[in-house]
Amino acid sequence: MSNAEAHKPVEVIGLGKKFGDVIAVEAIDFAVERGRVIGLLGGNGAGKTTTMSMLMGLLTPTSGIARIFGADSSTRDASALARINFSSPYVEMPGRLTVAENLEVYARLFGLRRPKDRIAKLARDLDLESFLHRPTRTLSAGQKSRSALAKSLINAPELLLLDEPTASLDPDTADWVRRYLETYQAETGAAILLASHNMPEVERLCDDVLMMRDGRIIDRGAPNALIARHGRQNMEEVFLDIARGGGAVPAGAGG
Amino acid sequence: MNNDKIVLTARGRIFALMLRHYYLYRGSWPRIIELAYWPLMQIFLWGFISQFFQQHSTLIAQAGGLLLAGVMLWDVMFRGQLGVSVSFLEELWARNLGQMFVSPLRPVELAAALMSVSLVRTLVGLIPAALVAWLLYAFAITSIGPGLIVFFLMLLAFSWAVGLAVCGLLLRYGLGAESLAWVTVFALAPISAVYYPISILPEWLQWVALATPSAHVFEGMRAVMLEGRFDWGHCFWALGLNAIAMALAIWTFVSAFDAARRDGRLLQSGE
Repeated sequence: MSNAEAHKPVEVIGLGKKFGDVIAVEAIDFAVERGRVIGLLGGNGAGKTTTMSMLMGLLTPTSGIARIFGADSSTRDASALARINFSSPYVEMPGRLTVAENLEVYARLFGLRRPKDRIAKLARDLDLESFLHRPTRTLSAGQKSRSALAKSLINAPELLLLDEPTASLDPDTADWVRRYLETYQAETGAAILLASHNMPEVERLCDDVLMMRDGRIIDRGAPNALIARHGRQNMEEVFLDIARGGGAVPAGAGG
Repeated sequence: MNNDKIVLTARGRIFALMLRHYYLYRGSWPRIIELAYWPLMQIFLWGFISQFFQQHSTLIAQAGGLLLAGVMLWDVMFRGQLGVSVSFLEELWARNLGQMFVSPLRPVELAAALMSVSLVRTLVGLIPAALVAWLLYAFAITSIGPGLIVFFLMLLAFSWAVGLAVCGLLLRYGLGAESLAWVTVFALAPISAVYYPISILPEWLQWVALATPSAHVFEGMRAVMLEGRFDWGHCFWALGLNAIAMALAIWTFVSAFDAARRDGRLLQSGE
């Protein structure tokens, strides 16, 4: 194993972020191993997007450290950033450029030598061919979502950060996206950090789950283990337990 | 994907951003027309004003192209600054900063790309204006001689410095400060002595003017056109002041980027 491969995709130690007096994330610890899908769960304002932003180097932490493939994310190490990517329905691509143009620009930002080959492959895999040359702003929600997924896979990332990847999608398209993510993860062994409010999605995709509330990790474990520990039927009920202030912090679970 | 298919270079990322703007302009005729529209209107207007003054002013009669040269070189300053600031605004309007900086892109590379786009935009605006001045008013901007290249580069560098400083403010204050992109450069017009010598200004303002590279460029332009000599003193002052202005501008831009990372404004760049 080379030195670059020896590091975990994500290693977070005592990570915290304050905006003035507001604590957005408080001293959390976790790691994401290769080939694992980790869910980041919590209500609105729990600190999920803030945590992801710090992992990507878009936000500097006020305490602790987040390492991406061994590199401190706050230094925005180019070789580490080239191995990750991100998708969120709330962060769109420039609408005046066509899907193909946008993908080429992002491919070149990630240093791809032959972006057109990669775009052609993604267009086939993600069924983008019929709207590849249309301005991104003219696409339907489902088409935009598939384009955003293509953008997030443009550099074949070893770590994929997904913020609610199926929000606002119809059940059929959402299922299609989940199946594609499962295939991609199985084929490449990539690590995925998934923030989602869709609990069946979490149960289906995630090996482990981190439950956040008020900027802290208050529980963690495999979905089945969490369901059993909380004495519930499914993750939806576990989520409601925790979001409504129940779910006492089990020993050793807190961040 | 094998790592041998990925080559991380600053030049590649700068090219990627230039390509992004090329695609934007290629798909938007109004943007392309806007690039040449104002410089052409300026030349039409000042060409006629120049012809009128040539009949009534000894100074203008002595150097017929003085006003037109001033208009064109001032447009380098204006277009150059707009080229940087508006290109950055395009990223804010598209809410694209977060997407861009998930990649290995560095802020100085974004700045370099903005300046490169600005150079192309400025030439697209300036070349038709220069042709119109030559065809309609028989004034060739190239009659300034080799000094034209120096003046062009000095003004472009200063415009980039102003543009980057504006981008820094846009990063800090968002689209609420959008108008800065359009108006900032005009604060420099009176003290740049585009159409009159610095000596016209009140003495205290002359000192302010001499602290700007643009005033030295326009004094240098008049020296060439009225006296037929290249003033190396003004040239070196412009060069030195540009170095200071550019260093301050890059610092402003990079520190605004750091502040945006600290305050969480990269993913939510907008209003």
